[in-house]
Amino acid sequence: MTTLSATQVRHIAKLARLEIGDEEVEKYAKELTAIFTYIEQLSEVDTSKVQATAQVTGTVNALREDIIHPSPIDREALLGTSPLPIVDDQIETPSAHG
Amino acid sequence: MLSSLSITEAHEQLKKKQISSRELVQSCIDRIESIDKSLNAVIFRNFERALAEAKKIDDQGVSDHPLSGIPYLAKDIFCEAGIPTSACSNILRTKDYKPPFDSTTTARLKAAGAMSIGKTNTDEFTMGASTETSCYGPTRNPWDITRVAGGSSGGSAAGVAADECLFALGTDTGGSIRQPAGFCNVTGLRTTYGRTSRYGVMSMASSLDTIGPIAKNIEDLAIILQTIAGKDPLDGTTGDIPVPDYRASLKKDMKGMRVGIPKEYFIEGMNAEVEEAVRSAAKVFQNLGATLHDISLPHTKYATPCYYVLCPSEVSSNMARYDGIRFGHQIENPKDLLDHYIRVRSEGFGSEVKRRIMIGTYALSAGYYDAYYRQAQRVRTLILQDCTEAFQKVDVIIAPVSPTPAFKVGAHEGDPVAMYLEDIFLDPQVMAGIPALSLPGGFSRPQAGVPALPIGLQIMGAQWGEEIVLHAGYAYEQATEWHKKKPRL
Repeated sequence: MTTLSATQVRHIAKLARLEIGDEEVEKYAKELTAIFTYIEQLSEVDTSKVQATAQVTGTVNALREDIIHPSPIDREALLGTSPLPIVDDQIETPSAHG
Repeated sequence: MLSSLSITEAHEQLKKKQISSRELVQSCIDRIESIDKSLNAVIFRNFERALAEAKKIDDQGVSDHPLSGIPYLAKDIFCEAGIPTSACSNILRTKDYKPPFDSTTTARLKAAGAMSIGKTNTDEFTMGASTETSCYGPTRNPWDITRVAGGSSGGSAAGVAADECLFALGTDTGGSIRQPAGFCNVTGLRTTYGRTSRYGVMSMASSLDTIGPIAKNIEDLAIILQTIAGKDPLDGTTGDIPVPDYRASLKKDMKGMRVGIPKEYFIEGMNAEVEEAVRSAAKVFQNLGATLHDISLPHTKYATPCYYVLCPSEVSSNMARYDGIRFGHQIENPKDLLDHYIRVRSEGFGSEVKRRIMIGTYALSAGYYDAYYRQAQRVRTLILQDCTEAFQKVDVIIAPVSPTPAFKVGAHEGDPVAMYLEDIFLDPQVMAGIPALSLPGGFSRPQAGVPALPIGLQIMGAQWGEEIVLHAGYAYEQATEWHKKKPRL
C-alpha cells in the first residue's frame, strides 16, 4: 500500500504551484493514499515485453508544408483576454524578484 | 412543443415552411426559461445572438443541410468567439474569459447553419462523473432531480433529455458523454480518438480527449457526426481517414452481424437490472439476424487504474497554462510572480482539479515515473491489443454503460475512488481509442420513493468504426421504444 504523508502532499503542492491549507493537507493525504493504493494493482501485470502506447491510432508524424498562414485572430483580441495590464503590446506581470 | 422535435423532423418542417428557425429557437428559449431552474443544465444563455442568427437563416431560407436553422447547446469548454467560456471553473469565471476564436466543431456547425443558444454545465474542466464539481453547482437529472445527471457532460445530456435544445455537444475523455447519456435516456457517441477535431476545446487529457454529439436518436447523431468529423489542419492528431456517409448505412440489414458479449463486463455485485438490460439487448440483436459471441477482454479491469494515472498526468501538464497571465482569475497585490501563480491557482481551481493535478505531479515525479506512467502506458497497449483481437472475431461489442442507474447528488462526497469507479465500463474504450455509443436500453423498476430510472446500453466498434456502431445502434433503436420515453417535468 502506498502511503502519502502530509510532508509529501506539501511537496507535491509546491511543485504544482498550489497552496494547500493545513486542514486540507490531511484530507488530500488520505485521498491520494486511497487513489494510489487503487492504482497500484497495475503492478500485477507483467509488461516486461510490452511497448508503451502514447498515440493510440498509430499516427507518427503530422507534417505539413512550411507555409505561413495569417492568423484570423488579431493581437489586440488575444492580449485583451489577459487580466493584467498591457504595456506596449506586452503583458506586464508582477516582478519575478519581488 | 417544437423543442421536442428531432433534427430530421425539424428539418422537414423548416423545409416545408411549416415552422421558422426563429420559432424553433424561441421554443428552446421558453423551455429553458420554464424548467432550467430545477435542472441547472444551462449556465450561459446566448439567446439574442441565436435569435439573430435564426432570423438570418429564415430570411435566406433554410438550406438542404439538415442542421440549417437548428438550435443546439455546447458544453462550456467549446470556445465560441466573444461568448464567455469558463469550463465551469472559477479560474476563468471571475474575469469572464471570452475566447477570440471559434472551436473547429462549433465553426463547422455554424457553417452548416446550426446556432448555439447557450453553454451547458460540466464538471470543472470536465473532471468528474456527476457535474458536481462545477463552480455553478450540480446539474439535476430530469428523471429525478434528487439525482445527478451524470458527468462530465451532464448539462448537455440533461438539456437534450428535457428538450431544452435539439442536440448538444459534449466531450468524452473517460466516459463523459456516454455516462450522462445513459443516466438521462438520450443517445451519445464517443468518437474514435482523432475522428473529430479538438481545436478550440479546452483540454483535459490531450491523448484521450474526444469531441462528440448528444442527441435524441441515432439518425440525428449521424447527421451531427457527418458535419463535425474529419481532418483538421488545426489539430495534428485528427486522422486523415475518409469520412463515410453515416446516414446511408443506418438502414442496412443486421443479418450476419457478429455481436460480442464480453464476460469481463458482468461483474460480481453489479445491478441486476443493468445486467438484464444488456442480456435482453443481445436477444434483440439475435432476433434481428445478428449472431452472438461470448468474448473475453482480459485486461478490462485495469483500464480505470490506467486512466487515473494517464489522465491526471496529462491534467497536471495541461492545467499549467492557467497561471493568470494570458487569461483567468485576478488577485490583489501579489508579492511577486510566484505569489501571483500560487494564489491565482489556489483560489481559482476547485478541489477535484487540485486533486488530479497532485496525482499527476506525483506520478510524473522523479523516481515514480516508471512505476506509474510508463507502466500505465504499457498496460494501455495490452488493453488495445485485447480490442484489436476481439474485433477480428466480432463486428461490435455490447456492454453496460454504468454499473447502476443515476446516483443521488452527494452520494460520493469525500470518496474520490468511489466516483472514479463510476467509469469502470467506460475507460477500456478510452485506452483503446475506439468509438462507443451510449443509447437508451431500458428502465429500472420503480420502487418506494425511487422512480423508474434510465439504463444505458453501450455499443462499441473498432477504431474508425463509427459507421457500424451507428448502424447497430439504429437497428436496436428501431426495434425498441426506450428512446421515445420522456421525463415528466
